Amino acid sequence: MANIVLKDVRKNYGATEVIKGISLDIADGEMLVLVGPSGCGKSTLLRMIAGLEGITAGTISIGDRIVNDLEPSERDIAMVFQNYALYPHMTVRQNLAYGLKNRKTPTEEIDRRITGAAKALEIEPFLDRKPRQLSGGQRQRVAMGRAIVREPAAFLFDEPLSNLDAKLRVQMRVEIKRLQRSLATTSVYVTHDQMEAMTLADRLVVLNAGRIEQVGTPIELYEKPATTFVATFIGSPSMNLLPMETSKDWSVSDNLVVPAGTATLGVRPEDLSLPEPGTVTNGLQVSVTVLAVELVGAESYVHGSLPDRQPIAFRVPGRSHIGIDDVMTVHADWEKLHFFGDTGQRLG
Amino acid sequence: MHTVAFPNKILPYLLLAPQIVLTIVFFFWPASQALYQSMVRQDPFGLKSSFVGLANFRNVLTDPSYIHALQVTVVFSLLTALVSMGVALLLATAADKVVRGQGFYRTLLIWPYAVAPAVAGMLWLFMFNPAMGTLAYLLRRNGVSWDPLLNGDQAMALVVVAAAWKQISYNFLFFVAGLQAIPKSLIEAASIDGARGNRRFWTIVFPLLAPTTFFLLVVNTVYAFFDTFGIIHSVTGGGPAKATETLVYKVYNDGFVNLNLGSSAAQSVILMIIVIALTAFQFRFVEKRVHYG
Repeated sequence: MANIVLKDVRKNYGATEVIKGISLDIADGEMLVLVGPSGCGKSTLLRMIAGLEGITAGTISIGDRIVNDLEPSERDIAMVFQNYALYPHMTVRQNLAYGLKNRKTPTEEIDRRITGAAKALEIEPFLDRKPRQLSGGQRQRVAMGRAIVREPAAFLFDEPLSNLDAKLRVQMRVEIKRLQRSLATTSVYVTHDQMEAMTLADRLVVLNAGRIEQVGTPIELYEKPATTFVATFIGSPSMNLLPMETSKDWSVSDNLVVPAGTATLGVRPEDLSLPEPGTVTNGLQVSVTVLAVELVGAESYVHGSLPDRQPIAFRVPGRSHIGIDDVMTVHADWEKLHFFGDTGQRLG
Repeated sequence: MHTVAFPNKILPYLLLAPQIVLTIVFFFWPASQALYQSMVRQDPFGLKSSFVGLANFRNVLTDPSYIHALQVTVVFSLLTALVSMGVALLLATAADKVVRGQGFYRTLLIWPYAVAPAVAGMLWLFMFNPAMGTLAYLLRRNGVSWDPLLNGDQAMALVVVAAAWKQISYNFLFFVAGLQAIPKSLIEAASIDGARGNRRFWTIVFPLLAPTTFFLLVVNTVYAFFDTFGIIHSVTGGGPAKATETLVYKVYNDGFVNLNLGSSAAQSVILMIIVIALTAFQFRFVEKRVHYG
């Protein structure tokens, strides 16, 4: 049990700075998710917390200890790797016991913890098998088990679900969340999958090019993205961004005041809809030429373009009868609109 | 597997022919000659020979000097394999840790493999020759009564070192490749699990190198049995008092020096059986303990 504090943490590889000053306060028992595109530095940051990468500047503390110069084993953390990193020559039981044996934990205590973890993760039948005899999902559970038996101050997850198929991923996501809740161990979780990030996180950190774009609860990030980067990264399909230069192709109702300095107007596909006949639009109104319709089950996404070819997407419930090349008007209420300034920052 | 269909029936045989001809001329034909010779006794002048059945084998196997050569071979092979693999592993783990100039170190460490066995033997002979060797001089100055020409154990040590030295490069190459094949995340997981230095090496790295080690064990044993003739011939000539006479060397000595072709052929047949049995044994029992990724 411990909080993790990062103070202006930086990382250079030669002259290139990959982590450009990150400060974070991760509360005890919190599940913090680091999310961002490939190469944004999220894995590097996690590995710096773990002690697998050096820290160029700044401090990282776990609990009350500054861990900058401590070995990974001395930081009291456990890590779950993307490729599981199970020791192939050991049985599942030996894999779980290895870290404890190295710490000279008494045998009865090791047995007790393995039994507990195996029960929680439902891997009891596989304890005497080798990793290669297990399926991907089972290996994933063993990797989790190896972290749990250590009873560390913090769990670090490095894209642990990206090698699983879609169905299993959802299932394990739920399980990780449940386990983390019940153990109440501080966790840092790295993923590039925004769905995973949204569902797992107590708080979410969006990283871009080595900097924090925004920190907040998933719903805060969804409802009030601080930048156009966050706006397009969180939510699927991503938010439509309409540059003000294209404003001749759309209209806003007279009572709506666009904040001064607005360069881009954002609206989520799920907030755009076909107006009911006879309603008066109180917000944004756009004329769209349909390019493609994606039916995803309960709803469909329509991809189209404005007259000047600016792409735009919107959601319609159920199966639609919209055809390619149809031209239609869609609208969004004014409180659903997001305004961004010329550097991409949120206005109002 | 992908099967290739040749349009022409003869072409595949033509393509294989060079290899098959080589195998027949340089392997099957001599081997069959050895089998035939091993059951024949020649008169001292080589004018006529008579079929004697298994008499040559009986003579060889009851000959105390043959049993002695067998013991020498076992000691020599074990020591050579152990020294060459041990040193190679040590060098490979060290080279794996080098950050700068890794290619340079590796190239230098691989060079000795290109040296011919006889030349390698001469190198060591010169260095440790009691009369003129630089290192022999150093040894004697430091109180070691170094004389491999008279002392059998020292002669054995010299040929083992010379034979192992040549093989270190080869083993080094495989160990380096083996070390690189170990996923980095496993080492990281081990370091988070609190295993460092020696403990990490023996509990994680070494078990994961097992396939490489096993392969090298087979190769090195076969090397020590067969390919070390040149080194022994140039360094000790099997002496002193046959202290370094291995089975292969005895085959040569009895056949080409003492001109007892029947006995020599019988010995080479036995040697062939020993190596087949040894390799089969290694695959049957040692390989069971090997874990392939």
